[in-house]
Amino acid sequence: MSAELQALSDHIAASLGAAVAARDIAYGELTITVRGEDILRTVTFLRDDSQCRFICFIDICGVDYPSREKRFDVVYHFLAPHHNRRIRVKVETDEVTPVPSLIGLFPAANWFEREAYDLYGILFSGHPDLRRILTDYGFEGFPLRKDFPLTGFVEVRYDDAQGRVVYEPVKLNQEFRNFDFLSPWEGTEYVLPGDEKAKA
Amino acid sequence: MGEHNIRNFSINFGPQHPAAHGVLRLVLELDGEIVERVDPHIGLLHRGTEKLIEYKTYTQATPYFDRLDYVAPMNQEHAFCLAVEKLLGIEVPRRAQLIRVLYSEIGRLLSHLLNVTTQAMDVGALTPPLWGFEEREKLMVFYERASGARMHANYIRPGGVNMDLPPELIDDIEAFCDPFLKVLDDLDTLVIGNRIFKQRNVDIGVVSLEDCWKWGFSGVMVRGSGAAWDLRKAQPYECYEEMEFDIPVGKNCDNYDRQVIRMEEMRQSVRIMRQCVTKLREPAGKGPVNTLDGKVVPPSRKDMKRSMEALIHHFKLYTEGFHVPAGEVYAAVEAPKGEFGVYLVADGGNKPYRCKIRAPGFAHLQAMDFLCRGHMLADVAGILGSIDIVFGEVDR
Repeated sequence: MSAELQALSDHIAASLGAAVAARDIAYGELTITVRGEDILRTVTFLRDDSQCRFICFIDICGVDYPSREKRFDVVYHFLAPHHNRRIRVKVETDEVTPVPSLIGLFPAANWFEREAYDLYGILFSGHPDLRRILTDYGFEGFPLRKDFPLTGFVEVRYDDAQGRVVYEPVKLNQEFRNFDFLSPWEGTEYVLPGDEKAKA
Repeated sequence: MGEHNIRNFSINFGPQHPAAHGVLRLVLELDGEIVERVDPHIGLLHRGTEKLIEYKTYTQATPYFDRLDYVAPMNQEHAFCLAVEKLLGIEVPRRAQLIRVLYSEIGRLLSHLLNVTTQAMDVGALTPPLWGFEEREKLMVFYERASGARMHANYIRPGGVNMDLPPELIDDIEAFCDPFLKVLDDLDTLVIGNRIFKQRNVDIGVVSLEDCWKWGFSGVMVRGSGAAWDLRKAQPYECYEEMEFDIPVGKNCDNYDRQVIRMEEMRQSVRIMRQCVTKLREPAGKGPVNTLDGKVVPPSRKDMKRSMEALIHHFKLYTEGFHVPAGEVYAAVEAPKGEFGVYLVADGGNKPYRCKIRAPGFAHLQAMDFLCRGHMLADVAGILGSIDIVFGEVDR
């Protein structure tokens, strides 16, 4: 299986040349990373090449790494039903650089790109209808970014007196508690006061 | 009639419409009775599942998967557990695999029973859902007897399943199979052979195989369009490899074919359930239902009374949870509605860094505009029913 994937990976790298910035096989899955401007060329090749034939669209999603300069990964998944193989394509981007939309190649990209825009604020150029999709009408912010608080900013309730739904800032009787459980499970790595004498 | 009187008009279908299968708002643009454009507004049931999972340990994340496609809860848990196990590199014991397969097929029955019979309701029949729900009730009792909950089971856990099945339950599941096939035959004559059901579904919602792949369809949608594509056969997980079953395939690519396929898949599911029951009784099918790795699976109550190590494990697993090595995987199962995938990014900590849920219904629902264009208004409900959507998984 992995030899087969390795051959496919080599084939893609040889055909696309410099467009493939990185490739990797882990857990029996092939991942290639390309630059944003090359995504359309890459996906067209993956779809049409006879050894690839990734004709089935699976997924587009964003991943947020706030510490990176280009903080977002846009992750594409495709499936080749004829060869029974999957591939993952990654593109790095930031809040302002748009990624070319795949809508012309796969109409299914429409909602998946809207979702990535809605939840992460990732922009897609050439998308005809980049509206919010999952969040509320008039929602502000991008909820799946790591710097967006879990509890959000706005809460909604039905106000009996006014006879309508009202939006208010979130009021919590108790703050959301995020415990740090990353305490050492295998034993401490730091030296407890006094222990240095034992080693000496 | 003057020309100025002819105009298109828009109507709102839902969000509180019984044929909308949940909270879907469709903005329909009509030319007389012909649908010109469909704009589905989703997200009314959005609960931020993916965000919540990032703040929960892996063990705490599994119950969220029950609440996605709440018609067949365990199939979703299964996908998540497969992803976690892939990253952890643990092997699930054989008995647990058999139980997982058994309950995945029960989930398939639950989902297809609901879909086929409510499809009949959408086109005007009231009796089929009553028949179907009676059987679903029995299946939910099996869920309850295994996990304690009728729907939100949280039964499949990373490393295996929560608890072993009692032998009486296995006997009862076996006893369920034969009468159920009889009910299926009755349902077949009641629904599939029905004249009105045929009139409302044949040649409605036709989609070619090429379009299926392009639109990201999976499951019954691609099988209805002629591809013998089933992840249980193509990319077998657990012990599906040794199970004997057939993949029904349609050739007319319409609503009716999809419902006929669902009926046949239920028969195949019963076949798989029978094989599971036999294998569970064999000596090879006995044994633990969880991996023996104490760093992942909590110890039994009995061990905790006697073993200090088990007590420590229990405490650590229920507070901190287990750590998953850094990496990323995509794991998919053949859920009743199509390919349900989980793209999991782990950073080495006790919580998922990112957990993208790839719901089949999301891809199917976005094609509503493509599928409904040029159809009559009354067909919208039929097409919506045949693509089998549940809002728990579409909105997440």
